Amino acid sequence: MNGIGLHKKLENNIGLLIFGILFVSAIGGLVQVLPSLFQESLSTPTANTRVYSPAELIGRDIYIREGCSVCHSQQIRPLLAEVKRYGPYSQAGEFVYDRPFLWGSKRTGPDLHRVGGKYSDIWHRMHLLNPRSVVENSIMPAYPWMGERAANASGDIQQRLRALQKVGHPYSDADIDAAPAALEGMLEVDAVIAYLQSLGTAIDAGMTP
Amino acid sequence: MNPVTEYYHDRVVTFLVMCSMIWAVLAMSAGVYVAAELVWPTIDFGQQWLSFGRLRPLHTNGIVFGFGVSALMATAFYSVQRTCHVPLRLPRIAWFTAVAWQLGVLAGGLSLLAGINAGKEYAELEWPFDIAITLLWVCFGLVFFTTIAKRRIKPIYVSNWFYGGLIIVIAMLHIVNSLAIPATLFKSYSLFAGAQDAILQWWYGHNAVGFLLTGGFLGMMYYFLPKHADRPIWSYRLSIVAFWAFTYSYIWAGPHHLHYNSIPDWVQNLGMVMSLILLAPSWATMINGIMTVSSAWRKLRTDPALKFIVLSLAFYGLATFEGPMMAIKSVNVVSHFTDWTIGHVHSGALGWNAMITFGTFYFLVPRLVGTELYSVRMANTHFWLALAGTMLYILAMWGAGVSQGLLWLSLDELGELSFSFKDIMASMTPYYALRLVAGLVFLTGAAMMLFNLFMTIKGRRTVAVEPPPVVAYGVQA
Repeated sequence: MNGIGLHKKLENNIGLLIFGILFVSAIGGLVQVLPSLFQESLSTPTANTRVYSPAELIGRDIYIREGCSVCHSQQIRPLLAEVKRYGPYSQAGEFVYDRPFLWGSKRTGPDLHRVGGKYSDIWHRMHLLNPRSVVENSIMPAYPWMGERAANASGDIQQRLRALQKVGHPYSDADIDAAPAALEGMLEVDAVIAYLQSLGTAIDAGMTP
Repeated sequence: MNPVTEYYHDRVVTFLVMCSMIWAVLAMSAGVYVAAELVWPTIDFGQQWLSFGRLRPLHTNGIVFGFGVSALMATAFYSVQRTCHVPLRLPRIAWFTAVAWQLGVLAGGLSLLAGINAGKEYAELEWPFDIAITLLWVCFGLVFFTTIAKRRIKPIYVSNWFYGGLIIVIAMLHIVNSLAIPATLFKSYSLFAGAQDAILQWWYGHNAVGFLLTGGFLGMMYYFLPKHADRPIWSYRLSIVAFWAFTYSYIWAGPHHLHYNSIPDWVQNLGMVMSLILLAPSWATMINGIMTVSSAWRKLRTDPALKFIVLSLAFYGLATFEGPMMAIKSVNVVSHFTDWTIGHVHSGALGWNAMITFGTFYFLVPRLVGTELYSVRMANTHFWLALAGTMLYILAMWGAGVSQGLLWLSLDELGELSFSFKDIMASMTPYYALRLVAGLVFLTGAAMMLFNLFMTIKGRRTVAVEPPPVVAYGVQA
């Protein structure tokens, strides 16, 4: 058998074996993953999609820090029951400023992609600080520290925006200069609420199924 | 004959085995704690570092990088010397890698508790850790491949193909998926965004499972199972076909984590088809393993180590069947985002990874220090605790997952949703309580094993073993 003969060559030569493994394992990524990195439909924002404001960005980073995406997805599938429960299904163009993506893999709690505008700021504040004060039987953790710490406590908002500017997010230098002032007096919980209220609101009329 | 007597470097193996077991107990404890938090949500006592979202990545990273990788390094170092008939070529680098890895896992774990999190599943550690992991991984590869390069047996044994695949493919996945723009020392943003980041992340995530938790541990299986059963591998030819088919097809299966998500259909469909194809090499390997033991069944009655290894193959078969089924889009509609996924991961992680490691360590540790196992009875008890814990865990998560999936999708005769999310969530408590019990049972067994192994090596030194004298077998024209 030819294949077996080729393998005998590889298993007698460590250099060839390393190369063989690298080659065979790389094919899938080159054919399936690499093209999607160049597919424009995946990196073109929908009409209303915009970059996160400084407050929303800080809120998003706190969402990541607390591991919210472990229990909440941000991805509505094009299934009747999901669209009824959560709203119009998610589109790739809505996520082009998400680094990293936060679609999640588990819904211990509900999907949050279209949570923006569904509840009032006050509801969110009570819910984040003590979930069981508004949702009986909730098993979500409480985040009391979000109500104590300043949103820009680490003072690095400009560095964060500049990093994103480098990878092509359209922040102007003026936006970055003005960012610390925009966060003045804000608590972490305010930033998280700003982020949650922004979620899924970029939807435009043509997208409604 | 060698002019100077040389010995295998086994002390580093003993060190890694014990580190691996300590991580197992710590990371499983974190898992049990987060399971309890889903039953009693207030037991984080308002402490940030006890919060579910911070402890959960600690649990997964501790298991994969602490328990799993330490076990793989230990067994790779042990078996590569014996399959090549030479001591490790770079013992100092081996020791450096082993010790630095433990410190890295410790520091990384603490960083997760502090909320330093890059936000990608199974790749949560921030960029300084990513760089450290890359460097240590290169060291691991250097030790492994230079030892093979110096071997005294011409053909490279099958276990080394899998360990080699582990080292090479994980390096590729880790480096590409971790590419990020640092904003500060502990905050970076992924170089990829949105849907593209998702496709890339699951290319990484799925294949970290593939080449670390599956391939790496198959390397362990291919060395320790024949050794322990005292039989050669049933079919050498099958192992070749399965290895290359596995290495080729696993990589394509990642997008089944993104079925019906906002990525192109062709990517999802290709991911589904390749996931189904993957069943063939997975089961070929399982059959090869089971057939290898098939003439040594008698040992199963008395030997807890072999029992663990054979049971692990059964769970390997179960998990690698369930995986492709869940990758079918119409099944995935129900299973995606539910606890079924958690159950599936644990049938692999508890049933396959942990059990084969337990079996291997029970076999290995007494040999490393030249004695008998401290308590065979305790190991037998551990076997039943591990089996009961795994079965209960899977059952609880099947129950929870299938009911979540169906209830979420359920519509009444008017086409409206039958149940609110809150009500479905509230009905999960019994399943989550059962899962907590299952985790506790499994953890108890693991803690008994740590004690058992500790008593076995206590006060003993690792035995010095010489490579066998050079012979001419295996050299081909």
